[in-house]
Amino acid sequence: MARMKFLCDAERCIECNGCVTACKQEHDIPWGVNRRRVVTINDGVPGERSISVACMHCSDAPCMAVCPVDCFYRDEVGVVLHDKDLCIGCGYCFYACPFGAPQFPQQGAFGVRGKMDKCTFCAGGPEPDGSPAEFAKYGRNRLSEGKLPACAEMCSTKALLAGDGDVIAEIYRNRSTVRAARGTRSGPPWGWDSAYGGGQPAPGGKS
Amino acid sequence: MKYLAAIVLALPLVLFVSACGQREEVTRFKQGTYQGKPDTPPYQSAPFNGDKGAWERQLATRAQSQNEYKRTN
Repeated sequence: MARMKFLCDAERCIECNGCVTACKQEHDIPWGVNRRRVVTINDGVPGERSISVACMHCSDAPCMAVCPVDCFYRDEVGVVLHDKDLCIGCGYCFYACPFGAPQFPQQGAFGVRGKMDKCTFCAGGPEPDGSPAEFAKYGRNRLSEGKLPACAEMCSTKALLAGDGDVIAEIYRNRSTVRAARGTRSGPPWGWDSAYGGGQPAPGGKS
Repeated sequence: MKYLAAIVLALPLVLFVSACGQREEVTRFKQGTYQGKPDTPPYQSAPFNGDKGAWERQLATRAQSQNEYKRTN
């Protein structure tokens, strides 16, 4: 078993936020905390691209390096998790993370930081698998049920892939090869044509 | 007078030594080592009950459902 990874195909993401909704629903995440979000660049202009971002479960995670209480660990399949009982909510991990993955609830008086919350790759945390304590602190443990993260499994265009890095890389490679083989006009294996086939719709809505 | 001198000399010594019996009240964190509770591998509990092979096969099957070229062809 290799490492668990996410891969987002920017050619396919349609910014529907289905992944964000699936995540919030699956783990009963409180208002104000977003373990996953969709980032769009060049919004509303030609060349617009969206990508779904959450914890990337880095192989050399900066959050792990900066945590003053060492509450982070990497499990057997490469998922970066943390112990909320140990977290002091200092926010160092938030400053260190290049993806803005760590989230902090702001529900207390005076807006104090709570325990850090982040994407768990639907792998729960250091509590008995499937226990109420695990759900309350870390959300559902789908990985122990033999399922993949809810965000990727719910993705309608299959832009977001999750699973064993080798397997999803192979799926993406296969997809790129099929796109390239379509040979639409002189188009390269990316862009609207290669992702969906046919011509790109005109601004009026007709292609 | 001798007693008073002895007490005056002994008192700082007792106070000085008393600090040696003090226990550490904060957790000593070792940088770079996970300090939290241990976690079990995802295949340890039901329904896989430690069968890593079955768990990997299940995930591999599940991952292929993300490959629409295999689903449609």
